[in-house]
Amino acid sequence: MTQPILELRNVRASYGSIEVLHGVNLSVGRGEVVALLGPNGAGKSTMIKVVSGLLRPTSGQLMIGGRDVTGAAANALARAGLCTIPEGRGIFPNLTVRENLLMATYSGHKLSDIEESTYSRFPRLSERRTQLAGTMSGGEQQMLSLARALATDPVILLLDELSMGLAPLIVAELYQQVAAIAAEGVSVVVVEQFARTVLGVADQAVLLAHGKVQVAGKASEIGEDVLAGAYLGS
Amino acid sequence: MQELLTFTIIGLSTGAIYAVVASGLVVTYTTSGIFNLAHGATGMLAAFTYWQLRFDWDLPAPLALFITLFVLCPIFGLVTERFVMRGLQGTSEVVKLSVTVALFAFMIGLANWIWPSDSSREAFLKFYEGNKVSIFGINISWHKLITFGCAILVAIVLRLLLYRTRMGVAMRAVVDDRALTELNGGRPDRVAMFAWALSAMLAGLAGVLLAGEQQLNIEPLVLLVINAYAAAIIGRLKNLPMTFAGAAVLGLLDAYYLQFSDNSWFPQSIMGFGISGMRASIPTIVLFIALIARPQTRLRAGIVRIREHNKVPAWSTSIMGAVALIAIVVAISGMLTRSNTLLLLNGFTFAIVALSLVPLTGYAGQMSLAPLTFAGLGAIAMSKLPGDGNFFTLIVAIVIVALVGALVALPAIRLSGIYLALSTAAFAVLVTKLVFNQKQTFMSGNISVPVLDVPFFEINTPRGRLILASIAFSVLGLGVVAIRRSRLGRRLIALKDSPAAAATLGMSLTRTKLAAFAISAGIAACAGALAGDKVSPQQYDFTQSLPIVLLTVVGGVGTVGGALFGGLMLGGNSVLASVVPTLKNVTKILPGTIGVTLGRNPSGAASQIADAYRSLANRWNLLAFAAAGGIVIWILDAKYVISHWAFFIGGVFWILAVTPNLVGIMQAPRNRQIIASVYLAIGVIIAISVDWDNAVDSTGKRLIALVLLIALFGVGAQRVAENAPRIHRSSPDVIGLTTDFTDEELDRAERELGVVL
Repeated sequence: MTQPILELRNVRASYGSIEVLHGVNLSVGRGEVVALLGPNGAGKSTMIKVVSGLLRPTSGQLMIGGRDVTGAAANALARAGLCTIPEGRGIFPNLTVRENLLMATYSGHKLSDIEESTYSRFPRLSERRTQLAGTMSGGEQQMLSLARALATDPVILLLDELSMGLAPLIVAELYQQVAAIAAEGVSVVVVEQFARTVLGVADQAVLLAHGKVQVAGKASEIGEDVLAGAYLGS
Repeated sequence: MQELLTFTIIGLSTGAIYAVVASGLVVTYTTSGIFNLAHGATGMLAAFTYWQLRFDWDLPAPLALFITLFVLCPIFGLVTERFVMRGLQGTSEVVKLSVTVALFAFMIGLANWIWPSDSSREAFLKFYEGNKVSIFGINISWHKLITFGCAILVAIVLRLLLYRTRMGVAMRAVVDDRALTELNGGRPDRVAMFAWALSAMLAGLAGVLLAGEQQLNIEPLVLLVINAYAAAIIGRLKNLPMTFAGAAVLGLLDAYYLQFSDNSWFPQSIMGFGISGMRASIPTIVLFIALIARPQTRLRAGIVRIREHNKVPAWSTSIMGAVALIAIVVAISGMLTRSNTLLLLNGFTFAIVALSLVPLTGYAGQMSLAPLTFAGLGAIAMSKLPGDGNFFTLIVAIVIVALVGALVALPAIRLSGIYLALSTAAFAVLVTKLVFNQKQTFMSGNISVPVLDVPFFEINTPRGRLILASIAFSVLGLGVVAIRRSRLGRRLIALKDSPAAAATLGMSLTRTKLAAFAISAGIAACAGALAGDKVSPQQYDFTQSLPIVLLTVVGGVGTVGGALFGGLMLGGNSVLASVVPTLKNVTKILPGTIGVTLGRNPSGAASQIADAYRSLANRWNLLAFAAAGGIVIWILDAKYVISHWAFFIGGVFWILAVTPNLVGIMQAPRNRQIIASVYLAIGVIIAISVDWDNAVDSTGKRLIALVLLIALFGVGAQRVAENAPRIHRSSPDVIGLTTDFTDEELDRAERELGVVL
């Protein structure tokens, strides 16, 4: 097997004195879509924070492209090609759509290229380019945040709770985009509380509970009983 | 008509300066969420620096301007952000404001130190002094034209910067979502440094322009720039065009008032009430109106994380503390010289004022910048009311001021956080300008407050007043403890922790806030009413309130002990100045310096010491030991066993190095306890036994020696005590099951649960 693009080695992380991740391992191959599943409080979002560089692990290693990047700043990782769409809406509500896209230029892409790619994919955003992003509908906001992932050509994409508060139809549409991004060879880590929405697009599924990986395997092999067991705490 | 036009131009040019200042405020507020009260002081320092370069050292104007505005100001901004403001993320509004207050105090102290006001200095000339152009028959100085030009330039540049450049957009993005900015690849720290540098440049530009018009004086420069706050508030702290409009209105109001008040028909007083302070109050009044006109602060639900936790004070320890405090004061007051007694008395007066902040700011989380104003009102009430020191008069005075406090709070009650704090500041300035300078209040510059009439005791001596003040503090402190333990106390805490939750439980936020303000005003009034001496309005000036607020927050605004600590620290500051006159200048910047480090990361020195002191607060044996040591050093000095310098160095070492380490040493294993204690003992012995006056020849070297002593023995002892091998901390849900609780964990658990010892 080729070297994984993203790897967590026995990572522990804590908020203050409370440890949340008790030694987590994860390995994501190039172009692979990994679904991070688990009930509330399992440590999924913490894991995303660790990978994105927002939270420094207390021990263990974070490897990206075979290099140890433990403790690197989030903004440095972002410029290196790690795109994170955090929980909630990954947009700046008080900036216009265009200004939001301007913020994506830290990735090294030109604003004009980013705008073109975005507006061709989501024509609705083109109509709203001078509107404050916070005044758009939830779906449009999520489109805008995905647009950053689509236009900046990342190596790894981290998605945290993409479906939160959105209508099922829009969620399905957004996941089509995720599948399209993955098809381009981008490695994707998707956090979802609702397992079924994501298992369709994922190659690998990792089930997290109580800050530890409970089950990891092919997405297709994770059955209802395993999920139910993890969520309900058998 | 001609005259009106002239005044319009004068007004607009003042407005242009306000606009430049206010835009700088907006820049930092929108990017860091910190309302920089020290912004005006930055401009003041810049003006002085420019004066130094241009008129004292005779550099050419462009070079002096370049150095001031494009080198020193940005560096100052960068340093401020990096070393002061960055540590403030996630702290409460009270702490943020306190730190800018500290910076304010620091800069004023610094300016006073470097440029003492009594020196006869070169005049600060306008740009192209004497040159005028005539437009429509009105003479306008080039300086005014340049001022207009600068304001317009600033407006255009800011607009372009904030909306057209990535740096500008990033500045706004950081406010929206700091983490997301990072996830986009932006560097929030750099953005913030840029914003602070820009803001300092704007302040500096305004300061230089203003000094050209007003000459170089610390207070007018700082206060005139404070006026710009009103403009910033009109712009809701984010809207730049509105800010500029507000600045223009303010400038015009000021100029027109000047014009009209020159007329003979203009009244000198209204109903016997002199209005000579009116002009200076206009911006404050506008500020007040702008604040009141703000829409009500929306209650925000959600998790509120508060970093400060204070135990509910227990009756037993509180009463013991009160008795011990009075006993100590009675015991040592006999040994003090008259001047030292007065200084300690001063400290206790400050402590009572600081105590007034405990229920309001500490419990209810409402920031007030006007505690001394209420003390001043208390002093006036006590001296004007009949009864001549009657106990009953005292009660009436307190009640009156408490009512005033509630009345003042009534319009401000809809505000919260920074807006509330500013409205109290506006109130303080108004009272200073309009009430304290009336014939009816401070007749000839000062009034004498009658001494409280206590049966069987003669307290008309400094010692008597000192003991009375300590008794008053103890009684009021117990009262505050009683409030904390009552239903009202729980409401105050609820108001701070989550107004939204409190409101949904059916609690009246308004009534609770009013109660907090009234209680606070009443306690502060007590400090004024018990003055028992001649007092002057300067004592109750707004700027004097700031160090008190600051040091109370440093001491711990949530506890009675914190108020005592804060008050005595401020009093101790003047002790320092009197014992070691050469240090007078250091004491000017000391409160600011202490406060500036307050917001630094928990690793910052002052907050560490404050933490250590806070953990000390629960341990009476250690506290008594610390106090005893301090008193011994003081007595050694008073009895001329050691020199004043040895007293100073020993005292500072005791306060900064020994006392904060006591808890750590207590918790260390025995062998480390011994080593650390030896360390500290050596430090103390060196500090008090060296013949500082003769063996060391300059003040600077003595101070360096002091710092070295603290670094070597204080920090050394801390390292020894705290580097004890630690048990690996396991997940909280297994502590107590598989491993025993440590003392520290027990402490924390008790604090979290509010369990009383």
